[in-house]
Amino acid sequence: MSETSSKESTVKPQRSDEGSPVSTPALEAEHLSRAVVGKVITNNISVQVHVGEILAVVVPSGSGKSSFLRLLNRLDEPTNGVVRLRGQDYRELAPEELRRRVGMVMQSAYLFPGTVAENIKYGPSQQGSSLPVEQIAALLQRVGLSGYQKRDVSNLSGGEAQRVSIARTLANAPEVLLLDEPTSALDEESAREVEDLLLDIIRERQMTCVIVTHNNAQAGRLADRTMIIEDGKPVAVGPTSEVLKNG
Amino acid sequence: MAELLNSLDRNVVLGMAQAAAAIALCFGVVMLCRRFAVHVERETVISLARGLVQMVAVGVVLALLLHGNLLIASLILLAMACAAAVTASRRAPEIKNPLLVCFYAIAAGSSVVIAVLLATKTLTTDLVVLVPVGSMIIANAMNACAQAMERFKADVTDHVGLIETGLALGAEPTATVAPYVQTAVYASLLPRLDMLKSLGFVWIPGVMAGMLVSGASPIYAGIFQFIVVAMILAASGIAGLVATLLMRARVFSTAAQLTLRPGISESQHSRETNLAV
Repeated sequence: MSETSSKESTVKPQRSDEGSPVSTPALEAEHLSRAVVGKVITNNISVQVHVGEILAVVVPSGSGKSSFLRLLNRLDEPTNGVVRLRGQDYRELAPEELRRRVGMVMQSAYLFPGTVAENIKYGPSQQGSSLPVEQIAALLQRVGLSGYQKRDVSNLSGGEAQRVSIARTLANAPEVLLLDEPTSALDEESAREVEDLLLDIIRERQMTCVIVTHNNAQAGRLADRTMIIEDGKPVAVGPTSEVLKNG
Repeated sequence: MAELLNSLDRNVVLGMAQAAAAIALCFGVVMLCRRFAVHVERETVISLARGLVQMVAVGVVLALLLHGNLLIASLILLAMACAAAVTASRRAPEIKNPLLVCFYAIAAGSSVVIAVLLATKTLTTDLVVLVPVGSMIIANAMNACAQAMERFKADVTDHVGLIETGLALGAEPTATVAPYVQTAVYASLLPRLDMLKSLGFVWIPGVMAGMLVSGASPIYAGIFQFIVVAMILAASGIAGLVATLLMRARVFSTAAQLTLRPGISESQHSRETNLAV
């Protein structure tokens, strides 16, 4: 690890007047590793993300960018280590519950065939609840797609599709938001718009967020703290300005 | 043995000569294909040789067991179901225990249908009746099983992004692959549905042809053939459905992770999961 990361590798939690921690981390990875057919993809990552904090994970292109995020919501199984959600070992939670609480926006929108509204309703409907039309309208308004409810998803632009994907994830009201290069498949203008939208929503809802990017500038614009991963291993972690300056 | 010797009559010699003519025509087609750079020589020779040897062997076994009882017929059909499972399981080596999946599917489809045929006295327990009709049912169940598995595998590996998006939104694994279960079962039934639709118009199947040659009533022969094809459809439906549902259970880990992805097999995933703390 670089000099920056040789310091305490996580932001210290806020403390009360008595000096005791006010909160446990929203999400914590401890010695998280994953190997596939003997090849180590994620190597011993330990990091904490506190409530309302944005952590950028900067990974060079072609270096298993999604691997770390996929471990955080258990789409993949770690070969070693553990993830804790609000202090609870995530293996104690049903995977469906874990994934509703730790929402993920993927690199590609992957919209289900049908209308925009059907996509927004998908997550809540899996829990057996029906999302009221007013909430669908409000979510779409929030992502700048008012009146898109009945549009067929096959007619959306890349930027619009990614906005629907964000609204669909928010419909589950997740505690933690994982963003897997959410703007990398978009043109520059759309990417910037989606990035601004995400920052507004995260700040407005005080969401805890982990964003994977290969773009240092994007990490600089969005994140409170940044972790750099090379060959699956964390090489630096700390306040974004310091990490990027040293990197 | 007397039955066997009786069967080695002039008809067998004639049959072998006719088989030689059929093989010669196949070789002619292979040569024609070769002119267009389609090389199926080796595969054709192996298939023809296997087909001939297997059918002669079946004839010998039937001649030896002509008056065998229901138990012997059942054992023969069980052996056929095992062989069918071995063949079908080659379509999905990536999943855990593909042989068992195929055996359960084929056995479920064919045993239910054969039991119904026996219960309704459509079939007698005579070995010479039960084994040939049973083998047709098993063969079709095998095809349906293989088609369902292949289609399900192709759909899942083509839609990994959508399936994992569903999982990431908190959906149950079964909900994320529901559309692909439907298409796989439908794909396995489609050839049998077409077969039933075209019955009598496009083709007169072998059973009916055989009954007509042996002097049975054409109307009864037609009805009997319809029953057999309808039962083939039923066996295929059961086999396709069971194979797909068993495969669905095997493409996810106990932690609801998709294990059947391009470049990663279920067995490989199991090894990784076993390493997990």
